[in-house]
Amino acid sequence: MKKISFITIFAILLGTGSCKKDSAFLDVPPKQVLPTELAFSDPALVLSILGDLYNRQRDFSSLDGHPLREYPLSPSGDIVPGWITFADFSESFPSENGSSYIVQRTGWGYDEWRIWDYGYIRDLNLFIQRATAATKLSDGDKTRFIAEARFMRANYYFEMVKRMGGVPLITDPQAYDYSGNVTPLQKPRAKESELYDFVISEAEAIKDQLPNDVNEKSRATKGAALAMEARAALYAGSIAKYGASTPQVSLPGGEVGISSSLANGYYTKALAAAQAIINGSAGSYQLYKVLPDLADNFAAVFLDKSSVNQEAIFVEDFKVNSGKVHPFTTNNQPFSISDEGLDAGRLNPSLNLVEAFEKLDNTYAPLATKDASGNPIYYTDQLDIFAGRDARLAGTVLLPNGSFKGKRTDVWAGYQLADGSILTSGDAGQLKPLPGTSTPVQVTGKDGVINGQEFRTQTGFYIRKYLDPAVGSGRRGRGSDVAFIRYRYAEVLLNAAEAAFELGQVPVAAGYLNQVRSRAGLTTALTPVDITFDRIVHERRVELAFEGHTLYDMKRWRIATAVWDGAPMTVNDLVSNIGKATKRNTQPYGLWPYKYYNPGNPNNGKWLFKEILPSPVTGSNRFQLGNYYSQIGDDVLSANPKIVKQPNQ
Amino acid sequence: MILALLIATTGCKKDNYDAPSLKLTGKLVYKGEAIGVEYNQVPYELYQPGFGKVGPISQTFSQDGAYSSLLFKGNYKFTIPPNQGPFMWKEIAAGKRDSIAVALTGDQTMDIEVTPFYMIRNANLTAASGKVNATFSIEKVITDANAKDIERVSLYINKTQFVSGGDNIAVTDLAGSAITSLSNITMSANIPGISPTQNYVFARVGVKIAGVEDMIFSPLVKLTY
Repeated sequence: MKKISFITIFAILLGTGSCKKDSAFLDVPPKQVLPTELAFSDPALVLSILGDLYNRQRDFSSLDGHPLREYPLSPSGDIVPGWITFADFSESFPSENGSSYIVQRTGWGYDEWRIWDYGYIRDLNLFIQRATAATKLSDGDKTRFIAEARFMRANYYFEMVKRMGGVPLITDPQAYDYSGNVTPLQKPRAKESELYDFVISEAEAIKDQLPNDVNEKSRATKGAALAMEARAALYAGSIAKYGASTPQVSLPGGEVGISSSLANGYYTKALAAAQAIINGSAGSYQLYKVLPDLADNFAAVFLDKSSVNQEAIFVEDFKVNSGKVHPFTTNNQPFSISDEGLDAGRLNPSLNLVEAFEKLDNTYAPLATKDASGNPIYYTDQLDIFAGRDARLAGTVLLPNGSFKGKRTDVWAGYQLADGSILTSGDAGQLKPLPGTSTPVQVTGKDGVINGQEFRTQTGFYIRKYLDPAVGSGRRGRGSDVAFIRYRYAEVLLNAAEAAFELGQVPVAAGYLNQVRSRAGLTTALTPVDITFDRIVHERRVELAFEGHTLYDMKRWRIATAVWDGAPMTVNDLVSNIGKATKRNTQPYGLWPYKYYNPGNPNNGKWLFKEILPSPVTGSNRFQLGNYYSQIGDDVLSANPKIVKQPNQ
Repeated sequence: MILALLIATTGCKKDNYDAPSLKLTGKLVYKGEAIGVEYNQVPYELYQPGFGKVGPISQTFSQDGAYSSLLFKGNYKFTIPPNQGPFMWKEIAAGKRDSIAVALTGDQTMDIEVTPFYMIRNANLTAASGKVNATFSIEKVITDANAKDIERVSLYINKTQFVSGGDNIAVTDLAGSAITSLSNITMSANIPGISPTQNYVFARVGVKIAGVEDMIFSPLVKLTY
């Protein structure tokens, strides 16, 4: 009986279960994909879409690296480690043998630095279209979301125009009609000036739709829009002005090159946008002046993520234990202070950069390694040779005997003996007796310097900018969550200074420069007479080192071919003409400390320094005219016949 | 069984194409005289139209101006990208580069006739008492509206056969403004100590033309001392 009733119930269930209509049965809402209307019904869901779009923003240098070949997108998903994106242009030396190619090549391929991610542009355009059509979002949310997407789109086009010149300007999500005819989808390259105009006009259009909030740093704000506008207008202005000196780098259709008659207009816009931030209309942004030690204070600009830091305007943020962390500290921590054994010391700032930091009396001078008669100068402490310099030096570069995580680095290349010979070893652990003694002692530093010994400094310097002093930051598993600052107030001041200088408002320029400089301890104000093009170039180099500006600055001033002219450097090149914009900078030098061993001599145990080209450096950087604008891929050229090739390629 | 064997043996044929085997070689010349350039810096491009996608086969000239490519049989177009090389290349319209049609049926030698801005003539390089001395004259080839000035003349020395602005152990520069007469220019450069020691160096003279990226060089000489 029981059995029968079960069977009946089962049969009835089967019967009712099949009562659905066929159409309804097949029309099951997907469980893994959110339909557009649903995704755009809730601000939290929309924010998660925006989060993905924010993650796909592109910077030149990036703490967590970027896809190996952005275009064509790497199918293997290989990632260039973050530190490598900071390690080029002779401003640093790569202390990892697998990356020695950076200092062994004689120039860059024409396809270097190219990006062409129209998939990202399409996703942004789709986002804007869908958010505009959304019905369940509040007006306030909607306006902000759309403005953020427009900011990201403008910022990405800005990144593209810096590298590629004019690119097709596509602002709607193109749809293919499957007609077999793709001609309507093929857009020609816009003029380079049109791209900059687009960035500027978008920034103007959205700036008041974005929040006016100093504490919002990882999402677009009014400050970020204005900072982008100021930088873009400044770039356009300088390309217009200095592009006149390289008529070969232009195309008849204006896809590359901007007419010099537009320069002043762009500089005026740059100055106005920067001043809008400076006068506080986007919030109370200001230079970070918190710590009493000026070098520590400068380093903290990049480390402090609290609301005290009102200098950072727009950042790529990271968070420990959230999955979005980066290995910058793991890769670059000093070897002897490493949390991760052999994982350390890759990015070594070069002496070329270190020499550029001024003395506190605003003069340039090479680090004093020899006196007038050519004899070495002996220093009691390794740090003494760097005394009396711009505080940004010790804030950017971890100097020999510099302090990190409460410990001091141990950087020296060996003993200088009285007879002129050098006692050194292939490793700090390899002990050797000093002359006249029999007890083996350590004869090189635990943190280097030994030619070819990777993961230890080979220039004498470690990087300090972005190096995270938090406990465990150097472990691979934990990683670091120091943010990468994309736009900051000091750069806005420098942009304003440059624009003002180019417009002939030299006293205004001096005022802005002096604000940035006094924060770094250079309290003797520059007078308008001191402000030259070389000064502007110099100030950006030392303030914005390792922030992804070097290449773009050298390109827009059209001095890249002079700075990286392909000729090998001599020590004399290195120590002369410091502060000159077109100073040759083709090979990264090091400054190696030696301990003097001469018992009985008053200088026994003191330090002397030598300028040395690390032996892995065999190439010298040559920037060709064809490098000013990266090559457009042959597959793009053949897929779209309306695209014209870059000049000189 | 037999069928299986047959299938197995017929399957042994490789489905690959043969590698390209036809050699296209030649050198850059001006009226039959070779033009020296910097190694790996002056590119040329070969296009093979008719296969849908258009992309060049890019290569560079060696420092004596020679080039060689291994190609398939077919029709190619040879061109040099804009603003490359110390010479003028024909343009059919502003910005449109002319190309040379190459019908490749077997190994072929094709010299590329170009018009350089300058030519270095009668270069005579000698080594004596730790110095390399060079005497030469410069002929201005292009004298019309396209003429360009000399930015500088450089004498390069290297311990290997690659001698240029990027590969040298010693260099002497002579600014273009300091040249009074293009005929009979004299320059000299000291030979620095070479480790390990060798009793020869390679040297040549290059002319940097204002507004042109690539230099033009005299023939390479090996000097034994």
